[in-house]
Amino acid sequence: MSLHDAFTSALLAPDQPCPDGLFSNNGADPASRFAVYRNNVHSALINALATAYPVTMQLVGDEFFRAMARVYVQASPPASPLMSDYGSTFADFIQGFELAASVPYLADVARLERLRVRAYHAADTPSVNQQLVLQNLQAQTALGALRLQLHPSLATLNCAYAVVAVWAAHQTEGALATLDPWHAQSALVLRHGLSVKVFAIDGGSVAFINSLNHGAALETAVADALEACAEFDLHQCLSLLINHDAITHLLPEQKVSP
Amino acid sequence: MTLSTLHKVSTAQAPGLPSRAGLGLKSEHFNEVLQTLPDIGFFEVHAENYMVAGGPFHHYLGLIRQQYPLSLHGVGLSIGGEGPLNREHLARLAALIERYQPHSFSEHLAWSSHGPVFLNDLLPLAYDAGTLNRVCEHVDQVQSTLKRPMLLENPSTYLQFQRSTLDETDFISEIIRRTGCGLLLDVNNVYVSCINHQRDPLAYIDALPLHAVGEIHLAGFAEDTDSLGDRLLIDDHGAPIDNRVWQLYEQVLTRTGPVATLIERDNQVPAFNVLHAEAHQAERYLSQVRP
Repeated sequence: MSLHDAFTSALLAPDQPCPDGLFSNNGADPASRFAVYRNNVHSALINALATAYPVTMQLVGDEFFRAMARVYVQASPPASPLMSDYGSTFADFIQGFELAASVPYLADVARLERLRVRAYHAADTPSVNQQLVLQNLQAQTALGALRLQLHPSLATLNCAYAVVAVWAAHQTEGALATLDPWHAQSALVLRHGLSVKVFAIDGGSVAFINSLNHGAALETAVADALEACAEFDLHQCLSLLINHDAITHLLPEQKVSP
Repeated sequence: MTLSTLHKVSTAQAPGLPSRAGLGLKSEHFNEVLQTLPDIGFFEVHAENYMVAGGPFHHYLGLIRQQYPLSLHGVGLSIGGEGPLNREHLARLAALIERYQPHSFSEHLAWSSHGPVFLNDLLPLAYDAGTLNRVCEHVDQVQSTLKRPMLLENPSTYLQFQRSTLDETDFISEIIRRTGCGLLLDVNNVYVSCINHQRDPLAYIDALPLHAVGEIHLAGFAEDTDSLGDRLLIDDHGAPIDNRVWQLYEQVLTRTGPVATLIERDNQVPAFNVLHAEAHQAERYLSQVRP
């Protein structure tokens, strides 16, 4: 076992003794010095999760969140120096974390917060001018064959709980009193300019957007949306996308640009 | 006599980083910096924070870079790692340098990755011949990939290795002699390590090749105690700069002359004007040693 093997293993396992071959000049127990590194590693990773998951933390309180994050950090330390990616499996971990089962929507809120972080750092793909989109939609003779490409920041989420309502209630003072989390809700996350936005959308819009993102033409995407939800409102969904500059390409031909 | 005084070293002064006080750029302060354009010598960013595809971080850094000199400071390359350097990470660094043309690139004498795990901390090295060869190879690889000299930062440490055969200052001096890299002299790290290991901070500084200093870091520390109840200082970048560190900085400047000096604050980040006041204080010390 190399020195760094021993160090790494002991840093992430608080029950393990500190590695051999260490000392302090003043004769202090090296374990009391090693504890600084162990604490630094844990607190930096837990703080990174606390920053990325603020509402998840508010839902369970600082102390619970940090204890839960500590278990996650030890089981799933980062695999890359890009800390903005750290925690991509945290929501799945929360889903299986029995002590958090009393807040059944906690994992969904964490999923939403992960999408917000992704949207914040997503590529700056330029969008098609809103007027140009409208002109194109009106001028198309074969509208059903049109393919729309959406901004890389854009993502959807289907939840069994009112995830957008829960998240939004934690953005303004006093909104918690009227919160009802006990109904299904779907979310749309995107970055508009420099701001990440969260919208509650219906299941039809989720199906429509996901279908477009899989390269389907407009006609197929609408059919998928109607199948998911008979009340799907194409006009409303397209307006939401256009008004937030979420359309990056309009492709009239039968091919999808890479 | 240290190794450094025996050898003529190719200096690696940061090309163009002005000999002024700079600040770490925090996202909390993006707007204020752009709206008020404060008189700051340069800004420094952690390279890894900008290894993202797009969004506000690149938007603001691009605008701020147009107004200020930039220092790019890596915290994730793991130059002291036992394994090879992460080539993907090095490629990302090269791309950032191409994009923002920073005046300086610096990294730490530490390790942070091991096998598949990134530990997100600056971990200590045993100072022996094997580690020295490995670190020098890594510094050479960084400098040849990035096509520029880098600055290497002296660490804050909390314990020592029985395996070590060299003093930290001799280890650092030898890396600088062999690779031609420059020294990022973190005066807070000097103070923290010297208190923790019962060394004289000024003797430590005098054992370093000060002609190679391309940048100075100043920061605050936290205070703890070890199993004997002795002071154990922790480099947490979460407090104002301690008076003892300011005094040490003043003594360093009489030896080096004016050098680009960064005020580092990464935790409990205060209002911009609080950091600006610390930068002013550093400027006062710098002006004392200007010719």
